[in-house]
Amino acid sequence: MTDTAPPSIAARRLNGQALAPWLFLAPGVLFFLFYVVFPIFQSFNLSFYRWDGLGAAEFVGFGNYRELMTDRAFEVSMWNNLKWLVLYLLAIPAGLFIALFLNQTVAGIRIYKSLFFFPFVISQVVVGLVFTWFYDPTFGLLNTMLGWVGAGPINVLGDPTLATYGIIAAGLWPQIAYCMILYLTGLNAVDPEQVEAARLDGAKGWRMLWYVIVPQLRPATFIAFVVTIIGALRSFDLISIMTNGGPFGSTRVLSFYMFEKALSEYGFRMGYGAAIAVVLFLIMLVFIGYFLWTMWRQERGR
Amino acid sequence: MKTFTSALAVAVGLAAPAVAPAVAQDLSGTLTIFSDMSNPAPRAVMEKLASDFDALHPDLDVELTVIDREAYKTQIRNFLTANPPDVANWYAANRMRPYVDAGLFEDVSDLWAEPEIAENLASTKGALTLDGKQWGVPYTYYQWGVYYREDVYNELGLSEPQDWEAFKSNCQAILDSGRKCFTIGTKFLWTAGGWFDYLNMRTHGYDFHMALTNGEVPWTDDRVRATFANWRELIDMGAFIDNHQSYSWQEALPFMINGDAAAYLMGNFAVAPMREAGLGDDQLDFYQFPVIDPDVELAEDAPTDTFHIPSGADNKEAARAFLRYVVSADVQTAINAGDALGQLPVNASSSVDDDEMLEQGFAMLSSNSPGGVAQFFDRDAPAEMAAMAMEGFQEFMVFPDNLDDILARLEQARQRIY
Repeated sequence: MTDTAPPSIAARRLNGQALAPWLFLAPGVLFFLFYVVFPIFQSFNLSFYRWDGLGAAEFVGFGNYRELMTDRAFEVSMWNNLKWLVLYLLAIPAGLFIALFLNQTVAGIRIYKSLFFFPFVISQVVVGLVFTWFYDPTFGLLNTMLGWVGAGPINVLGDPTLATYGIIAAGLWPQIAYCMILYLTGLNAVDPEQVEAARLDGAKGWRMLWYVIVPQLRPATFIAFVVTIIGALRSFDLISIMTNGGPFGSTRVLSFYMFEKALSEYGFRMGYGAAIAVVLFLIMLVFIGYFLWTMWRQERGR
Repeated sequence: MKTFTSALAVAVGLAAPAVAPAVAQDLSGTLTIFSDMSNPAPRAVMEKLASDFDALHPDLDVELTVIDREAYKTQIRNFLTANPPDVANWYAANRMRPYVDAGLFEDVSDLWAEPEIAENLASTKGALTLDGKQWGVPYTYYQWGVYYREDVYNELGLSEPQDWEAFKSNCQAILDSGRKCFTIGTKFLWTAGGWFDYLNMRTHGYDFHMALTNGEVPWTDDRVRATFANWRELIDMGAFIDNHQSYSWQEALPFMINGDAAAYLMGNFAVAPMREAGLGDDQLDFYQFPVIDPDVELAEDAPTDTFHIPSGADNKEAARAFLRYVVSADVQTAINAGDALGQLPVNASSSVDDDEMLEQGFAMLSSNSPGGVAQFFDRDAPAEMAAMAMEGFQEFMVFPDNLDDILARLEQARQRIY
């Protein structure tokens, strides 16, 4: 008894140390498994069925995916997602420049910072409504302003070639504010001694920015990339508010199309919606995988 | 004749309470009702219906749940399978199809066999019939047609058009005066479906329209093209307001109210907001969509809202009694009155409220719609086909040259959906 007691206490202590983190993690892990991981596999499974949400599901194999290949609305949605992805990234440099501009000590600078941050605080729905009124072809401010310079009235949200860009512009407004706040906090961490040293070496202007400041802002840039790309891929509310996917489906993106097919008033093709969701998930997975890999590499480097 | 019917209505109205207590003894337990009548006026009507029915049956407990009208459209799928009430609201025609096919609605053909209902509700029987059986009862419907600015017509010396030529020449006169003929907001697509319904039913008639919405006619058929050719005449004239693809139907109202557009092809629900915005009786009037082909019988759109018994209901006996109660002549008169729903009663023995639009609509639907009564494009066609087609209509209204492409797309969808 006395021989065996010490190792068992040690083992118990070891067990306790190994077990405690898992116990603390358990609720989170369980919820994550049940509400995130499990539905992902459920969606994968559902995408092989034809199901209206009421009757019995019918197995169709890759039928839904084959239909996606010939579905023009799906193609339009893919292209729009790409436009969102590329143009949304403009929020990062724009946010950086506003942050540099606001990163100074003037009386009342906090008020200006708050005002610039304001669009991120208000709801996307409100942003969408404000821009819809701004673009309104008959009563909108945009056409009044264009009138001052003699340009003809345009109906941004009613023109299939312009509508998506109009919505992206509305989306950029809050996203720039978000990137700005990320960079403002990043700028606080910039080492003044390095800036001083660079200045002694004669660096200024763009060279100073590019070679000294921006490299030190890498963590902020990384986060800005992550949130902007994910934000672009899950754009939904602005489209729903501003054009409802129209005119004639020209502003749909994958997430909106999935909603339309699976959950809207005229939808309830659950399998088809799930197939769209799977495609969107795989696209996102490429980016998320890259981000996770980068983070893991950084962690290991430390 | 009119005095006779109203006398009859009074007689039935008086008789009903006397008969009711005898029946009432049998009803007990709880009657749960899920309703989508969430707008203020309909909500008050529904609450009164529930409380009156409750008062008629002392042993019965009526529980009413009112759900937001838009949210209801998705929630009905959940509650019909998981937690069915005894009575639920829905819409007629193909909109019932998914629930009928899934066996979630109770067959109420027995109610329709009762003489009281069979005789008085004959006009809407078709809309509640699928696979030869009836699946619910209607409680209200409303007419569609052209609401126009009477003062603008008087100013230009125009009269209500009876045929297509007059319709177009009126429009030309309105355009020449610097206004648009029609306001419309197609952002949410369905308003364009109304134009298609009327143009198609006037060009080829009710039966062709039903065959098309049932998927029996290809979209690339020449007759469908003929309908679009008529539509195109109006589009090429510039009859519709510009940028309609950016507006909802409510956002299109100001054009009519400000006098920038002279008319609106709409359901009767558009009258209330136009009156509230200040259009008086001498400024607002109604006419039936004119004849295009004189050989085609007139047919109208009149969407019908309905009550159903879910097949999983607990208290089907009380539910049936409630359905009988809702369609009875006096209740129909009361709930469709101008101060209640402001729509048309479905019971032929009911009387219509003293309202210029409702009287015209009632006369039109009861005597001048020999071809039939359609529900509306998105209720007659299956949901998916309706969504794609209405998107095509919107595109056609903006880019009429894309017609071939649109029709080919719709035909492809038709072959897959039906």
